[in-house]
Amino acid sequence: MANTISDETIEYVGILAKLELSSEEKEAAKKDMGRMLDYIDMLNQLDTSGVEPMSHVFTRNNVFREDIVTNGDDRENMLKNAPDCKEGAFKVPKTVE
Amino acid sequence: MSRLLDLTAVQLGRKIKEREVGVEEGVKACLDQIEKLEPALHAFVTIDKEGALRQAAMVQKQIDQGDLKGPLAGVPVAVKDNLCTEGLLTTCSSKILYNFVPTYSAEAVVRLKEAGAVILGKTNMDEFAMGSTTETSAYGATTNPWNTDHVPGGSSGGSCAAVAAEECFYALGSDTGGSIRQPSSFCGVTGIKPTYGTVSRYGLIAYGSSLDQIGPIAKDVTDCVAILETIASCDRKDSTSFPRKDLDFTSALVDDVKGLRIGIPKDYFGEGLEEEVKEAVLLGARMLKEKGAAVEEFDLSLVEYAIPAYYVIASAEASSNLSRFDGVKYGLRAKEYEGLHNLYKKSRSEGFGPEVKRRIMLGSFVLSSGYYDAYYLKALRTKALIKKAFDKAFERYDVILGPAAPSTAPRLGQSLGDPLKMYLGDIYTVSVNLAGLPAMTVPCGKDKKGLPIGLQLISDCFQEKKMIQAGYAFEQTRRYEGPEIARERGKINEQTV
Amino acid sequence: MKGLKLPEKGVRSMSRQYETVIGLEVHVELATRTKIFCGCSTEFGGAPNAHTCPVCTGMPGSLPVLNKQVVEYALAVGVATNCVINQYCRFDRKNYFYPDNPQNYQISQLYLPICHDGWVEIETGAGKKKVGIHEIHMEEDAGKLIHDEWEDCSLVDYNRSGVPLIEIVSEPDMRSAQEVIAYLEKLRLIIQYLGASDCKLQEGSMRADVNLSVREVGAEKFGTRTEMKNLNSFKAIARAIEGERKRQIELLEEGRTVIQETRRWDDNKEASHAMRSKEDAQDYRYFPDPDLTPVMISDQWIQAVKDRQPEMRTEKIARYQKEFQIPLYDAELLTSFKEMADMFEDVVALCKRPKEVSNWLMVEAMRLLKEREQEPGDMAFSPEHLAKLIQMVESKRINRTVAKSVFEEIFFHDVEPEAYVEEKGLKAVSDEGILRNVVEEIVAANPQSVEDYHNGKERAMGFLVGQTMRAMKGKADPALVNEIVREILNR
Repeated sequence: MANTISDETIEYVGILAKLELSSEEKEAAKKDMGRMLDYIDMLNQLDTSGVEPMSHVFTRNNVFREDIVTNGDDRENMLKNAPDCKEGAFKVPKTVE
Repeated sequence: MSRLLDLTAVQLGRKIKEREVGVEEGVKACLDQIEKLEPALHAFVTIDKEGALRQAAMVQKQIDQGDLKGPLAGVPVAVKDNLCTEGLLTTCSSKILYNFVPTYSAEAVVRLKEAGAVILGKTNMDEFAMGSTTETSAYGATTNPWNTDHVPGGSSGGSCAAVAAEECFYALGSDTGGSIRQPSSFCGVTGIKPTYGTVSRYGLIAYGSSLDQIGPIAKDVTDCVAILETIASCDRKDSTSFPRKDLDFTSALVDDVKGLRIGIPKDYFGEGLEEEVKEAVLLGARMLKEKGAAVEEFDLSLVEYAIPAYYVIASAEASSNLSRFDGVKYGLRAKEYEGLHNLYKKSRSEGFGPEVKRRIMLGSFVLSSGYYDAYYLKALRTKALIKKAFDKAFERYDVILGPAAPSTAPRLGQSLGDPLKMYLGDIYTVSVNLAGLPAMTVPCGKDKKGLPIGLQLISDCFQEKKMIQAGYAFEQTRRYEGPEIARERGKINEQTV
Repeated sequence: MKGLKLPEKGVRSMSRQYETVIGLEVHVELATRTKIFCGCSTEFGGAPNAHTCPVCTGMPGSLPVLNKQVVEYALAVGVATNCVINQYCRFDRKNYFYPDNPQNYQISQLYLPICHDGWVEIETGAGKKKVGIHEIHMEEDAGKLIHDEWEDCSLVDYNRSGVPLIEIVSEPDMRSAQEVIAYLEKLRLIIQYLGASDCKLQEGSMRADVNLSVREVGAEKFGTRTEMKNLNSFKAIARAIEGERKRQIELLEEGRTVIQETRRWDDNKEASHAMRSKEDAQDYRYFPDPDLTPVMISDQWIQAVKDRQPEMRTEKIARYQKEFQIPLYDAELLTSFKEMADMFEDVVALCKRPKEVSNWLMVEAMRLLKEREQEPGDMAFSPEHLAKLIQMVESKRINRTVAKSVFEEIFFHDVEPEAYVEEKGLKAVSDEGILRNVVEEIVAANPQSVEDYHNGKERAMGFLVGQTMRAMKGKADPALVNEIVREILNR
């Protein structure tokens, strides 16, 4: 396997992705990601020099809205699925910067 | 004398319009079938019996008043569970959305409702559409109606199984890397993945935003066309939806392929393709040739690079799209946690299944500092080359014909153990999504085990009519065949028309 | 900023001399009616989450659609700050988890921002100087986290989530707090003139993050920089710059190194602390947002923005001198705030007395603003009322002393001067008979002053005039009183 994924990498990606993996899951993730990256490395055989990365397939540009208020007060609906809320706001554990 | 459930969606719509069948009658037939078959199939995550009957009464009234005239008025439909439905549980087959009841409907659903569709419920899928078997669903796998030991394919496995088993008259699915076409092939039904931008993605819970497209699944091409015409729209709420001038796909329903240029990519028939699938697909090509199409082989090139490029792009987008599921605004929140970040981690780790986690991890990695150029940009460059290869092919051909999947439906439990191997099964479908092309699957035969085989037709962007024409002409060469289960268990209380 | 002690450019510390290098990231809330990606109102206030929808609360399946006015404003600011316009620009996602960010990614621009490579000219005691603008990009604002003391939790309000922002990133061209403040004042003026934002620091519609490093004078390489956040006033910015400069020099003097990090300024404590957490890897995994299409800006569009560009300050100063015949000093002062210039023009249009209007605004209005630590944007009176007041003085219906007190009433309570003067009985007494009787009494009661006057003490007359004004409770026309006193004394 050309790509060896270290414990640190899995730990780091877990922080980025906000996923907490058990030790078995971590081992599996290391193996899976390594194999997948080996496979993805196949792309390196392809000469893409001078090719622009294509983020959007079609050249449909300038899709705009006009600056007109279309939404009214709908907070009841916005809060309907909240696991926890208080006084019209979503409740989360104490968060300070 | 034919069974009510044997009708296609358009046929039922016509009978409803002509007062031969009541809306409720159609809905009840489906609900009965659902009741009989669900224990074996599990095609649905949510069945909305009361809602469906309520809608049926309302739609009937509108039809009687002459307010609803479309071909699908009163016809019951099943909707994939990644499409938001106002007031109806929408889970994406994930634990993280176990209790999510949207307060708005996806634009495609709104359009169906406006056309008088009656929603029966939400169909099972691979969790967040990540998978090819519908086994990654947090609510259990769906089985294949042709043989319940096999998978229905995925990720729209529930929708395809429900259509094949006649639990509904048609269904909506979504296709990010083959999720309509591959299960359609495995279940012996017809499914269309339209050109990117044809159907609004508003209200479709995103997996890979640049690849996702909603499409119809039904018993035949005529149905799919009627559904597509209903759901296609240039929606102001979706910046990527495209203003298309010609959405009259019905006009392509002609049994004539004379002069139609069909290309068969040699690279689609190489190693890995099951012999029986190959034969059935090539037989289909011969049928079209006999009908007057100009069929020839060619080299498409780059086929093997589509899968790695697809998994980089789709996973990257997914890692970002799925970050909103964090236990704050909706869905699952872990019961015990210490502080905010722990709340995030616990909720997400409990809420997402292994395949979803795998792709989020991969996607986060390929976008992370130091790897963005090597993986993500490389994949976007590959995508540009793949698009170019298709552009070149469509200079010479109207339609590209090939298999939808390398095999027929695998047995349950065989695929998830080796994710990479499962990904390789997407080889004939993912490049279409990368290039934004329209493509469809039409049933073309069965293997010795009696499992269906599908034929994939691909045309250039905005050229759906050409593949529809080929698909319709091919369809005329054979009779629609449903799985035994749809009739067998229906014998007890068989309704006839 | 006047009256504020600002650090010197270079600081001698032990044997080495340091130079401070500062670059700014300025966030400006644009004055659109709706949010950047949905039709929700940007209005301030309202109950928590009253201005939200599936898009700005990150509901599953919702999609963003770009508000065209955001592009118009960003372009206007770019053109006014001499930027190059990226005629093909795009939005990227900045991925990080935080509850004020409902999607857990912010839609911003990294790879192809709308404007780049511009400059503005600033002026400080040290002279004129150009400050480079690295780029301007469009992005969405975050929601608000409110700490709930009762339950020791935080509450999330997404009313501000999705409000459009532009971020103006300067080059590291500034060397002192004076320059930073001059730069911010310049930006604020330009943006206010364009009507793109009201740029209020206290209310957060303009926010500045300070990137600061120090290096030995003469050094070519920049030192390691830190980013300072939470600066809500010019004073806080000046204090934070001074604090951070000292902190970094001390570290270097002690032989330690500066760590590249984001710090949060606490203006009450006059100190900052690092905002790091092991749960926050600063790796934002930017990538082009697939939900939004690219923005193509044609030459014609840019030209149209240029054509629509309103009169800027330099043009206004020239016009005021020419059209209104007011001195350069007045013109400069009046135009230093868009709202002041607007008020000036509105009042002049009504009463046609430019110099009078200028005097009232420059002297009285500025004094009252300063006393209350307010800005011209806070002026809330009707131009009609000031115009009427000026006319009343002109026609001698009230005298200047009374007029000043009436102006205060206009300034604070926007009273209608005519009605107010009537109600309070402040009308100037210009009845010669009445005034003559009062003067006669005053003269009779002050024989000493009369004698002094005749002995050549002019001041004595002033005393008698003053006594008369006092007796009239200030309501007499002072010119007329003067005339009568002189006449009686010279009898």
